Amino acid sequence: MRASGIEVLFLGSNFARLVEGLWVTVRISLLAVLLSLLLGILFGLFMTLQNPIARAVSRVYLEFIRIMPQLVLLFIAYFGVTRAFGWNWDAEFSAVLVFTLWGTAEMGDLVRGALKSIPQHQYDSAYALGMNRRQTFLYIIIPQTLRRLLPPTINLTTRMIKTTSLVVLIGITEVLKVGKQIIDVNRFQYPTASLWVYGAVFVLYFLACWPISLLAKYLEKRWR
Amino acid sequence: MADEDRIMLEIAGLKKKFGEDVILDGVDLTINKGEVVVMLGSSGCGKSTLLRCINGLESFDEGSIRIDGEEIVSGSKAMTHLSQKIGMVFQSYDLFPHRNILDNITLAPVKVQRRAKEDARAQAEQLLRRVGLWEKRKAYPRELSGGQKQRVAIVRALCMNPEIMLFDEVTAALDPEMVREVLDVMLELAQGGMTMLIVTHEMGFARAVADRIVFLDEGKILENLPAETFFNNPSTQRAKDFLQTFEFKKH
Ligand SMILES: Nc1ncnc2c1ncn2[C@@H]1O[C@H](COP(=O)(O)OP(=O)(O)OP(=O)(O)O)[C@@H](O)[C@H]1O
Ligand SMILES: [Mg+2]
Repeated sequence: MRASGIEVLFLGSNFARLVEGLWVTVRISLLAVLLSLLLGILFGLFMTLQNPIARAVSRVYLEFIRIMPQLVLLFIAYFGVTRAFGWNWDAEFSAVLVFTLWGTAEMGDLVRGALKSIPQHQYDSAYALGMNRRQTFLYIIIPQTLRRLLPPTINLTTRMIKTTSLVVLIGITEVLKVGKQIIDVNRFQYPTASLWVYGAVFVLYFLACWPISLLAKYLEKRWR
Repeated sequence: MADEDRIMLEIAGLKKKFGEDVILDGVDLTINKGEVVVMLGSSGCGKSTLLRCINGLESFDEGSIRIDGEEIVSGSKAMTHLSQKIGMVFQSYDLFPHRNILDNITLAPVKVQRRAKEDARAQAEQLLRRVGLWEKRKAYPRELSGGQKQRVAIVRALCMNPEIMLFDEVTAALDPEMVREVLDVMLELAQGGMTMLIVTHEMGFARAVADRIVFLDEGKILENLPAETFFNNPSTQRAKDFLQTFEFKKH
């Protein structure tokens, strides 16, 4: 009966707890990813402005977010802000806020890059065909930008889902943390628990990210 | 016909600067309906800039441009209306890469001119058949050769039913064996009575297609002559020197 130890996954409510832990991870990342996509598009457009102040502001923001490890940002948002201002942000809110700040910066930079990579002659030919600015963006520039954005955006999304595991450190119980707890409790009874539990966590992460890359493949094929 | 009715394009005293550099320094040019004019001039003399001013891609500092009696005020709302009267084909293959050939051609007629889809398609079919590319209607631009792409670009411009066509060195980026198929399309268009202003470095073609040659140099039009006269007997030394650069002699 002790042969493999896989039973540890189904002991009591272990499996349900793991899935619940995954749901915390997915909830935080999905919220942060959605907000980042929306705000990132706006930020990307903001970055293409010629205005020197707009440029300086976005430069500083982007550099700041890139230089700071996400962990430090998390600590600042969760512990620092509470200490300094007495605001009591709950852990999940802090996590979504930090990942959104990060995602917006990265997404914005992707949007800016994709917009800039559309050659000038695409605008010229559209205008030469009598299209106004709105039509040019709607029919020519935005569709091409979206196609170019797709692969790096998927990449960013999966990176965000994976990085969400950091939230353990501000006390959020997500999938990795639940796994660790199960392993600790069953250490003596099931010596191989860590193998099975981490294996299950791996599969759960995979299940969370896989649909996204399937969607990306489908879109890439449809758009060619 | 009264004189004004015969005029398709009228440029007067056109000046254009990029920063401090004067690129076009008082250009006067009139093109009648049905006339084919080839513009020659050495690299950097402002040919592309002039074409871009005509269809509103570039603003200008002084002077006026009229198309069929209507004045071009670049950047204005009326401009999108006017640029529908002007078809332009560029040197770079500028088809829309995310749309197939047929969509490339019908997009502007449907979205800009608000024509019925069937109507635009019917015209696209007729034009594509004329340039021998109807079988390629479902293909994407990247599946076409350079010469095929340029023929589609011509068809795309024609499908807007423009009153004048501008060509900016449309064969300059092509492999030599593809130049001919594009020039043939233009030649046929010229014989069909289209008003055309062509920039090219293909002297043989210029000679065959042009009613008139204008020679642009340092932002001014130095010569404006019937094609035969220009090639046989240009009046300025600059034009003679320019033509010399195309001749090969054994020393
Ligand atoms: N957007 C721009 N900003 C600044 N200078 C420009 C710009 N576009 C063109 N120029 C300058 O204007 C001059 C004329 O350029 P233009 O492209 O009209 O020449 P061209 O006669 O078409 O040359 P070519 O035969 O090489 O195509 C060149 O000196 C060029 O450097
Ligand atoms: Mg040029």
